[in-house]
Amino acid sequence: MNFVYERFLGGKSGAIALGILALLILVVLPLALDLFRLNLVGKYLTYAFAAVSLVLLWGYGGILSLGQGIFFGLGGYAMAMFLKLEASDPESTSIQTTPGIPDFMDWNQLTELPWFWVPFESFTFTLLAILLVPSIFAFIIGYSMFKRRVGGVYFAIITQVIAVILTVLIVGQQGFTGGINGITDLRTLNGWDIRDDSSKYILYFINAILLLGVIMVSKFILTSKLGQLLLAMKDKEDRVRFSGYDVSNFKIFVFCVSAVIAAIGGAMFTLQVGFMSPSFVGIVPSIEMVIFAAVGGRMSLVGVVYGTLLVNYGKTAFSETFPELWLFLMGGLFIAVVMFFPNGLAGIYNKYAPKVKFLKPLFDKPVQSEKKSATKIESEATTEGAK
Amino acid sequence: MTTTTDFLLAIEDLTVSFDGFKAVDSLTMYIDKNELRVVIGPNGAGKTTLLDLICGKTKSSSGSISFKNKQMTKMAEHEIVRAGIGRKFQTPSIYENLTVYQNLEVSYPEGRGVFGSLFFKTTDEVIKRVNEVAKEIQLENFLDTEAAILSHGQKQWLEIGMLLMQDPELLMLDEPVAGMSAKERDETAELLNRICQNRSVIVIEHDMEFVKKIARKVTVLHQGKILAEGTMDNVQADEKVIEVYLGH
Amino acid sequence: MGEYSVQELTSILAMQGFAGISLFSVLLLMALGLAIIFGQMGVINMAHGEFMAMGAYTTYLLSVVTESYFPAFMNYYFLFAIVVSFLVAGLFGYLTEFVLIRHLYKRPLDTLLATWGLSLIMQQSFRSIFGAREVSPTLPDWLMGSWMPTETIFIPINGMFVLGLTTLVTIGVFLLMYRSSWGLNVRATTQNRVMSGAVGINTKQVDRLTFALGCGIAGIAGAAFTTIASTGPTSGSLYIVDTFMVVVFGGAASLFGTIASAFTIAQAQSILEFFISGSMAKVFTLLALVIILMMRPEGLFSIKVRK
Repeated sequence: MNFVYERFLGGKSGAIALGILALLILVVLPLALDLFRLNLVGKYLTYAFAAVSLVLLWGYGGILSLGQGIFFGLGGYAMAMFLKLEASDPESTSIQTTPGIPDFMDWNQLTELPWFWVPFESFTFTLLAILLVPSIFAFIIGYSMFKRRVGGVYFAIITQVIAVILTVLIVGQQGFTGGINGITDLRTLNGWDIRDDSSKYILYFINAILLLGVIMVSKFILTSKLGQLLLAMKDKEDRVRFSGYDVSNFKIFVFCVSAVIAAIGGAMFTLQVGFMSPSFVGIVPSIEMVIFAAVGGRMSLVGVVYGTLLVNYGKTAFSETFPELWLFLMGGLFIAVVMFFPNGLAGIYNKYAPKVKFLKPLFDKPVQSEKKSATKIESEATTEGAK
Repeated sequence: MTTTTDFLLAIEDLTVSFDGFKAVDSLTMYIDKNELRVVIGPNGAGKTTLLDLICGKTKSSSGSISFKNKQMTKMAEHEIVRAGIGRKFQTPSIYENLTVYQNLEVSYPEGRGVFGSLFFKTTDEVIKRVNEVAKEIQLENFLDTEAAILSHGQKQWLEIGMLLMQDPELLMLDEPVAGMSAKERDETAELLNRICQNRSVIVIEHDMEFVKKIARKVTVLHQGKILAEGTMDNVQADEKVIEVYLGH
Repeated sequence: MGEYSVQELTSILAMQGFAGISLFSVLLLMALGLAIIFGQMGVINMAHGEFMAMGAYTTYLLSVVTESYFPAFMNYYFLFAIVVSFLVAGLFGYLTEFVLIRHLYKRPLDTLLATWGLSLIMQQSFRSIFGAREVSPTLPDWLMGSWMPTETIFIPINGMFVLGLTTLVTIGVFLLMYRSSWGLNVRATTQNRVMSGAVGINTKQVDRLTFALGCGIAGIAGAAFTTIASTGPTSGSLYIVDTFMVVVFGGAASLFGTIASAFTIAQAQSILEFFISGSMAKVFTLLALVIILMMRPEGLFSIKVRK
């Protein structure tokens, strides 16, 4: 029990932060919002998966991926393919030239289901694909780059280019992918209508609980020795290597984990929103995921969820009223976060909240203990300098 | 290709060239078990490159490095470390954002694989080892201190401590006292004399005062080759060495 | 391919090849600026495309002004516009370095994000000022029309002009970087910042001017761009990924590599485009690049250095 408390929840402050988040998304929001708004929050929470994945990869690992949309998309498309096949039974597609295949294939003169669509008739295969396809893809990219010690800016650019390739491919191959419109008109999951009100509530809660679960698993990874090694690598990669660790394996691992997390988000997106399209795969969504993480605080698993909610709320609110202002604001946000608040909301909270009296009990250690040893060293250093 | 020897480390005919420039030039050198060897030489003599070659940071162009009669030249860096060679860098290379305790714990030679590290547990043995090493490097009162705020000398010690955690059979130190105060130098000399009890140590150093305190056998490198080898007194009396150090 | 005669096929290849040359010119101009900034300073400028768009809009503005107030100068304004585009983009680059970039030199990934933010702001500014519709300057008569070396080959004059301009700029950059004392300062700063500072080079000034120069060249790319396509708020961002690939593929610090890689990428894309759809041509080109870069991360033309 103590193990779970320390490692999955992250001790007192971690458990409290996670508890508050759970309270918010499981109780407060469902009670306060109507179904339309709650569904919107559900959509934002699927982006939060991608933001959480970036805490592992970017915040701790120091590896910036500008292609998390790839994995979000892979998960989303896998789920969409399954749902689309279910929606395209011969009966409801009887007016097509070839009944029984998805409508967009028929429009593009396809007469049979392409081979890579066939396995997606199985729900089990689909679930496996959501987890395995992104991790295998990430493994291939990660293996070929990290084993050759490619990192930093190069890695960011290459992942971005891969996101571009995937988008262009999806848009260009309409007959196989649904093109720019994506895969739409999804109806049922194993016969269960995902569009009616009760299903929307259920899907929202499944999504929220999955997100909390993913945060806990991530916490477990980050509180392990592996988490410390990631931090160590970010600081002094060579020192880690010359302490007997194969640095690339750790990077590949965390990249694969982050890919799977983002993919789960994508699959939940498809279920809740009812479609998947290339506009959630390319450069722009990928870099937006980075800003969600940056605003929330790239080092804070819980913080990035708030970051995602806040940025998306802002985007929706502004797009309704002043669409022009939004891009200025978004641009300004990038610059401000990077220059003035590198640890985002979580950083601001950790800095100021301990000074607020009634918030003090929420924090684990009194911060003074560190200060004490710091002054000790300083005084020692000065005495030494005096000699 | 290499002969089996009793030496811990046998470097034979080792050469590395960068675009034709031979930084280490057919160098042959043997290190005994439990030996403390000091390598000196003017700037650009190839001292740091030699350490880079041994620990795998730089790959040799030709020649052999055999450690406990095992070839090291084709091995990856982390494999060389696991074989028992530890290396300290010239500028203190520690994890600034972690505490002293964490710096040492992370260096503990277990849980070195991805999944091993994921499920690594801090046992009493680990804690005991961390405390032992911390005591050895005089940082036992700073375990919870963030490494970034240590003094320069303490950072150097911490890095040595991180290597001690792995209990290497061969320890290589690149200018361990650079930037230290006189008192810290003395303490480092004592530390080195203590830790070379049951392992071999190679030290690169410029500071002759310090070298005299620790050296038993000295190797002088010049232009990638060995210029002289022997006790400190012999080397200092060697005419070629005097020529290189004072001749220009 | 049976429908084409040999002669037709040669003509198609020649013209398609020349279309590739126009793309090559713009890519190379963009990449030169980016390579200077990235290769020499290690800074990623995600807003580089917007600096190009800034040059293009400057050219457009000058064309409008000339047409309404000084119609007699219509034949000459374009040359003037190239210089002004360079200066405007360069000046803005100088300011950007001062306000933004210089605070982030040790954090390359953060620079990338901050300049991305800048690019959003610039795009929206273009949209607010010039509207969402694409605009084109009125080109002087001498840039219009084609040259016909044979009856079936049409080579557009604007393409040849852009190629000439690119050649001039490339030679200029080469002379500046490798033959001038300022270029020596830049290269010295790249190799060893601390030492350069110690021997009296004002490294901060060098950074700022290098950044400004890179942006200025993007401005020239913008002026050149207007002769082959119309300009919209997002025109720049369409080229940024390709430009990055040019720089990375060429091996960041090599001028020759940048030229060769711009040429390869532009030609591959434009010749492939004729035989398969444009989108698949792009997929294949980028995919080939990514695979090559995965196998040879240092790019095609880089020197082995001792680290």
